Amino acid sequence: MITLIIIELEKIFRKWRTYIGFIAIGILTPIVQIALSYQGEKYVNFATQSLRDSFLLTGNLFNGYLVGYLMLQSLFIHIPFLIVLVGGDLLAGEATTGTYRLLLTRPISRLKILSAKYFAGIIYTVLLLCFLMFMSLVVSVIFFGSGELIVVKGKIIIFASDDVLWRFALAYLYAALSLTTVMGLSFLFSSLVENAIGPIVASMAVIIVFLILSVLPFDLLESIRPFLFTNHMNHWSSFFADKVEYSEILISGSVLLLHIIGFYLIALFLFIKKDILS
Amino acid sequence: MSEEKIIEVHGLTKKFKDLTAVNNLELNVYKGDVFGFLGPNGAGKSTTIRMLLSLIQPTSGEIRIFGKSLNSHRNEILKNIGAIVENPDFYLYLSAYKNLEILGKISGVQISKKRIMEMLELVGLEKRANSKVKTYSHGMKQRLGIAQALLHDPELIILDEPTTGLDPQGIKEIRELILLLSKEKGKTVFLSSHILKEIEIISNRMIIINKGTTQIEGIVADLLKSDTVLVTIQVDDYEKALSIISCSKWNDAFKKRDNSGLIFELNKDELHLINRFLLENEVAVSALIPSRSLEDYFLKITEGGSA
Repeated sequence: MITLIIIELEKIFRKWRTYIGFIAIGILTPIVQIALSYQGEKYVNFATQSLRDSFLLTGNLFNGYLVGYLMLQSLFIHIPFLIVLVGGDLLAGEATTGTYRLLLTRPISRLKILSAKYFAGIIYTVLLLCFLMFMSLVVSVIFFGSGELIVVKGKIIIFASDDVLWRFALAYLYAALSLTTVMGLSFLFSSLVENAIGPIVASMAVIIVFLILSVLPFDLLESIRPFLFTNHMNHWSSFFADKVEYSEILISGSVLLLHIIGFYLIALFLFIKKDILS
Repeated sequence: MSEEKIIEVHGLTKKFKDLTAVNNLELNVYKGDVFGFLGPNGAGKSTTIRMLLSLIQPTSGEIRIFGKSLNSHRNEILKNIGAIVENPDFYLYLSAYKNLEILGKISGVQISKKRIMEMLELVGLEKRANSKVKTYSHGMKQRLGIAQALLHDPELIILDEPTTGLDPQGIKEIRELILLLSKEKGKTVFLSSHILKEIEIISNRMIIINKGTTQIEGIVADLLKSDTVLVTIQVDDYEKALSIISCSKWNDAFKKRDNSGLIFELNKDELHLINRFLLENEVAVSALIPSRSLEDYFLKITEGGSA
């Protein structure tokens, strides 16, 4: 199984489309970092305007942690679109190129092939997120230093510098769960068709529609929101609260995990029954 | 050839909604056979091959390979099968060597670098081993397809149109390779081809299918054995020839007129008689071309006649 996963990763990383996500992050993060290096102080002053009237704020509030947090907040919503480029291609790509026939006439079960591809997709997702973490957090800390993290979420919360890293670690862990759900969705679509464009577009469409439904202010939609996985994806930011609501995070995390398992099982069911006509 | 059955197909049927692609197909392939699998386009050949390789699930019927049910012993059976199914598609962004290495690993057998290079050498691609497959011509991919099919030294080789896209020298080499695999290495070859002559030259046994059903199955030499031949006769005056033939006993043997001449179905010992008849009626015969190839047979079968 490990050999199969390595082979799948090798196949993923030999395709140029795999690097679109890394290139996008690699280009975007320095731009945002440069922009923040000029505008960051203004942001901090604006955010702390009301506090400055009553308190004396000392230390380095504009630091790598703040930049890392702001970048995660602004980029996280777009990363799913990079994930589906690879997730949507994992199975359909084999059909498009006709290599399903090579792969599925080998003495290996479809269960193993599908599982290896799914795990490889998850590894890709985690690696892309790690790259985002490196570029947005590690590089920012290197350039802007560390310090207290100021977070504006309805109210202003300032975390001590030694109270920040574990929050980032858990936030990224949760983000990995969120993005794996997206990968799972595109993987499921990928098992249905024989062209990678379809799953990529369909996954993006589902995410966009779900995101819109998640924010539309209609009572009617309130009842369906808990069932939209996109509604549970942004809970990474819950780790940046003065009191972390673990039960809420656990419920949302479980919903995402169920989606990941569900997408895998449906894809497996379809794949095992699939007639290879490509 | 041995009486040990390598492939047994019983009542094999595949339906795609309203379309029955393969209908109650029966076939047997024996150890050491080069088994020709013939049929016109849409006859159900590719669907059958895909079912033999478990790419497609049959609607009903049974496939037994090496004496075991494909349904319950899939992996065990596929370990001993090498196949090319339709186009030779590979991971274009990988080299030929890397493609073979990956396929070897997926097959779960240890394939040495030496073995990979031997296979590439066998199909004449050793100098392009490290080139990406996207730079290969169709013929080169076809050769690579043969190499991957033989990589793990399988007992049964299933080849779907293996010479498509090859130049005449390449076709000759592949045919020789198939014969070598059968005669010297004792492999069983299941060969589907649209080049009917290929089946006639290479195969010892064959089946013709049409509209998903078996038309005829047997030993190629026996199936070709016939007292009658199709003869193309070329003359100097076709109108005159047709006129005198229509009033003679040869009218029953006359089949059609086409660009190549007048086509008759005759007994072998009638050839000189029709020649003499035409000459006596002052029709000059410039050529008399008998043919009794598998192609005639194949066309007759698939057009609904009998051989």
